[in-house]
Amino acid sequence: MELTSPTDFAKDIVQSVQDYSLLAGRSLANLFRHPRYFADMMQQADLIGVGSLPIVVLTGTFTGAVLALNSAHTLERFGSLSLIGQLVSVGMVTELGPVLTGLMVAGRNSSGMASELGSMVVTEQIDAMRALGTDPTKKLITPRVISTIFMLFFLTIISDFVGLIGGGIVSSLMFGMDWHQYWSSAWQTLKFQDVFTGLLKPVLFGFIIATVGCYYGISARGGTQGVGRATTQAVVASSVLIIAVDFFATRLILSIFGYR
Amino acid sequence: MAAPPTAVENRLRTTEQIQSPVIAFEDVSIAFEANSVLEDISFHLNRGETKAIFGIAGSGKSTILKLAMGLVKPDSGRIDVLGNDITQMREEDLFELRRQIGMVFQESALFDSLTVRENVAFRLMEEHQISEEEIERRVRESLRFVELERTVDMFPSELSGGMRRRVAIARAIVTRPEILLYDSPTGGLDPVTSTTIIELIVKQRDVYKTSSLLVSHRLQDAFVMASHYFDRDKGRMLPLPPGARGDVPMTFLILRQGKIIFDGDIHELAHSKDEYIREYIS
Repeated sequence: MELTSPTDFAKDIVQSVQDYSLLAGRSLANLFRHPRYFADMMQQADLIGVGSLPIVVLTGTFTGAVLALNSAHTLERFGSLSLIGQLVSVGMVTELGPVLTGLMVAGRNSSGMASELGSMVVTEQIDAMRALGTDPTKKLITPRVISTIFMLFFLTIISDFVGLIGGGIVSSLMFGMDWHQYWSSAWQTLKFQDVFTGLLKPVLFGFIIATVGCYYGISARGGTQGVGRATTQAVVASSVLIIAVDFFATRLILSIFGYR
Repeated sequence: MAAPPTAVENRLRTTEQIQSPVIAFEDVSIAFEANSVLEDISFHLNRGETKAIFGIAGSGKSTILKLAMGLVKPDSGRIDVLGNDITQMREEDLFELRRQIGMVFQESALFDSLTVRENVAFRLMEEHQISEEEIERRVRESLRFVELERTVDMFPSELSGGMRRRVAIARAIVTRPEILLYDSPTGGLDPVTSTTIIELIVKQRDVYKTSSLLVSHRLQDAFVMASHYFDRDKGRMLPLPPGARGDVPMTFLILRQGKIIFDGDIHELAHSKDEYIREYIS
């Protein structure tokens, strides 16, 4: 195996960051340029949003349920079982809902975008599209980015909601807590900053999932093996970026609003 | 499409007609990483002319087509296409220019998730101003030209290799481009299917007078093109009358190690003294 010099390695990284930034910037800037592909956006929204709904609902429900299950034992020890609704609510809305929904959609759609666009690159379909006078960033990338941001926003709301229901089912069925008490404490504890955090994150994560998936797809080289590599890299990179950006976004929001 | 002429004489180009270049390469060089692919190459493609580009694998033939289409940028030199210096144009502006050029890719590059109809109609639908009836009419006209009207609702995966190339030709000509670029249109096909494809290219050259660059590995294809014309009355390709060989607007360009070693017509090629060329055409 040929070893890469540290200089070439550093250059490759800088080049990749530059290419990714240009692609990400252009994907949003295209919204203000003609033509806009609304039909493609709707098609992608269906694929990304409706297609991801079952896994998001299942993940959200069980996450809320397990959160209630784990915290109930600790809270019971201090005689504070009534706080379970608050704990599940804040945990789901600010952190687990957006992050887990983001990771699920990244696993499903970032890889899908990378493999679809990667296959188009290696079979010269992207070049053919350019040769036919169509900008692939407008036709293929912008609809995916906008649809992912839009749909992840609503998928996260659904995930938060079913997570609260999952936590409520565990609290009432396994710990005998009153459903109304659980629900009102869960609902009333949420502040503006919790909801703002919970709704800002899916916007950032949706952007990451789509741009990373499209970037790896469009830069795929080396036949089917290259497409496979691009698919794996897209999932890994988008998942790591989601968790890293989650930390920085949380830190930023806390510095603006302060701790609860 | 423009009304095709009827007489054989009308299809053969006069010197005056083919003098204005639609593509001009001036001292163009390009390298991929450390490998130099083309070095200071210069040539012209005149209006209505078909230029066949030959060379061994990796000699930069397909790169010339991608450069002419603006899909890759040269490291140095100037490329004029339809009067525009495309080396100085932004990608955004190139999309407009590319609408006047059709390209047939080596492996067809049809969109595999679209039907034949949608593939051929792709460029028309992108223009957003053409009615559905007009799109359907032009798609069928293009498919009829390549004799594949019956495949309109099929997917590319359901077609044979030769049929895919013909659909790619239909897609390239549907907007009546001024220039056509063919990248190994007969590569990997059996002789019968290859002849069908060559006949389509000759038909496009002689009936619609389209300027074209043709990359090929098969010298015999280009010889057939240089020695035949398309007879519209009989609806097929026929050998040129005795003494008229080379009277069709057809030239040859041979590449070797990134440089042009021959650029001329069939008479000049037949009389070339260059050993490499003699060996190549023998």
